[in-house]
Amino acid sequence: MTIESLSMAKALTAGLRAAMTADPKVILMGEDIGPLGGVFRVTEGLHAEFGGNRVMDTPLAESGIVGTAIGLAMRGYRPVVEIQFDGFIFPAFDQITTQLAKLTLRHEGRQTFPVVIRVPFGGHIGAIEHHQESPESYFAHTPGLRVISPSNPHDAYWMIQEAIASNDPVMFFEPKSRYWPKGDVDLSASGWPTYASRVVREGTDVTLVGYGPMVSMLLQAADVAAEEGTSAEVIDLRSLSPIDYAPLLASVQKTGRIVVASEAPGSVSVASEIAATIAERAFYSLEAPVLRVTGFDTPFPPAKLETKYLPDVDRILEAVDRSLAY
Amino acid sequence: MSYTDATIQVLSPEGTIVENDTTAPYLPLVTKLSDAELQEMHRQMVVIRRFDIEAANLQRQGQLALWIPSLGQEAAQVGSGTATRPQDHIFPAYREHVIARMRGVDLIKIIEMLRGLTHGGWDPKASNNFHLYSVVLASQALHSTGYAMGLTLDGVTATGNPEKDEAVIVYFGDGASSQGDASEALVFAASYNTPQVFFLQNNHWAISVPVTRQSRTPLYKRPSGFGIPGVQIDGNDVLASYAVTRTVLDEARAGQGPRFIEALTYRMGAHTTSDDPTKYRDDSELDFWTAHDPIQRFDTFLRAKGAEQSFFDSIAEEGEDLAADIRARTLTLGVPQTSEIFDHVYTEAHTLMDEQSAWLAAFEASFEGSGA
Repeated sequence: MTIESLSMAKALTAGLRAAMTADPKVILMGEDIGPLGGVFRVTEGLHAEFGGNRVMDTPLAESGIVGTAIGLAMRGYRPVVEIQFDGFIFPAFDQITTQLAKLTLRHEGRQTFPVVIRVPFGGHIGAIEHHQESPESYFAHTPGLRVISPSNPHDAYWMIQEAIASNDPVMFFEPKSRYWPKGDVDLSASGWPTYASRVVREGTDVTLVGYGPMVSMLLQAADVAAEEGTSAEVIDLRSLSPIDYAPLLASVQKTGRIVVASEAPGSVSVASEIAATIAERAFYSLEAPVLRVTGFDTPFPPAKLETKYLPDVDRILEAVDRSLAY
Repeated sequence: MSYTDATIQVLSPEGTIVENDTTAPYLPLVTKLSDAELQEMHRQMVVIRRFDIEAANLQRQGQLALWIPSLGQEAAQVGSGTATRPQDHIFPAYREHVIARMRGVDLIKIIEMLRGLTHGGWDPKASNNFHLYSVVLASQALHSTGYAMGLTLDGVTATGNPEKDEAVIVYFGDGASSQGDASEALVFAASYNTPQVFFLQNNHWAISVPVTRQSRTPLYKRPSGFGIPGVQIDGNDVLASYAVTRTVLDEARAGQGPRFIEALTYRMGAHTTSDDPTKYRDDSELDFWTAHDPIQRFDTFLRAKGAEQSFFDSIAEEGEDLAADIRARTLTLGVPQTSEIFDHVYTEAHTLMDEQSAWLAAFEASFEGSGA
């Protein structure tokens, strides 16, 4: 076992380096990812190590980046695209949802499109408009894409490598607010399948489920709940497409109560989908309605209002209280 | 918009070779073509036009969901398609039926797509690098540019050997030229100096909207702002299309960077069988382009060169045979397997595919007489 303490940003750098070392067809594309190392420094050092042909500073055009990545994938490359910020992904929406997502089917499986699109996402960083959004539901809604999001450095290190190894297109949502805290990364083994959700804290009274930036928030809420005598089980979803429901259903059968949390607007979202599926599949286990704690159905507000907008420990606990009241 | 002073024309509308300073660089390429090669171009044009008419008829008879005619654009396509080398990679829009045929795609694959049986249908690798049609305008321009970037990374271009160096040609139209993806492809192509030719067929109409709404300048001038040389050719002149495309493709494969051709042609028919051009364009325009018909012009040229009537009879017969064959095979096409809804959405297991395909199979089997 080789354990290193790394931030998520540096765990991703290490994961990218490992993937590039293992396979010369892995190339990185994006804005400012070369000598600068990306605005979050996730690709720092890789340009110097692998050169400009494998760490490509592209022109500033998201549709162009994804569209040319598709062409490179047709040629046998495994492009890893960095979208600089969540809110800048939409110029590439057609190339992602109508081209990349459908091209394997259009080719009847004869040609694969192993493109990874890395998207720093979410709030809590006090940034200006278009820099704190959570657009993952659009992509989880799109057939043909896989959507995953690590919540900690260990998962980040392994999940980015597994995303690159996948022959399907993968949307890789990186929680910006979790880029900097360090955590233990076991460099010898991942220990968990990429598309499997995972119980990260066991409990008996209520199930809390989230992904990416929400997992640490749910763990904090569980700590506070424990002080108040409530035992919360916390599940890290990890994959948004496909969603691994088995641990959620097993948990709800035990607790009878579930709260789903995400930063994204809640209406017609991943959180909604989980709520609907739990209601369909665990109806007789539920002691309370499935509750959602999400961002509001508004554009992300100016940063000085983000703490009012984003789910926090208090809002999670308020939902726990409501659930327990049934 | 019609022919301009800049339009390169090698074969006049009267069917004679144009010899001047503009055509001088291209004439040696034309002179080098054997009679057999010239006749092959004519054969492709004549046969595809017969196929095109048959497919439109099949649509009118309810056999196809839609047909996309290429009527009138045969010379632009056959000339440029002939100019490609075997190692080249072709990214079509959705109207380049004859180039598909020249690259070995069975035309029934296009019929199947427009009958509602597939979304693609052929394997580009097994079709001499003829890629799939792309219905979202100009999306394929970026794919082709990325592919060309890959050729450079692979070192299979610009080695100085035109017999082996690979290049990419992408087809799009005057309507698609307005899409952001077309401009972004030009940006990336210039930035990475791709071995690539952008072949714009200006057929003058984007469904009902004239090219004058897409651009206030001739479209061949647009790439110069991206640092890419552009030329305008008479797209109804198969020899100009051949010689100019051959020239710029070889420049691109030699590492001189991307090139751009605007081929002036005309969509003599409707945009698709869902369209009605009588609502928006004048007969006089069609009359002008009918007088500039690409096939008639080349017919005159070949006859003057001594082609015999038996040749013209044989290709007409080949067109009839192809049309009959396509009709017969269309009428026997079956229905796809239901499982094809789910197959190939992903290459690896995905729970939604597994659950939903199993559910649908069970649901279908639940009906009386389903045989399950």
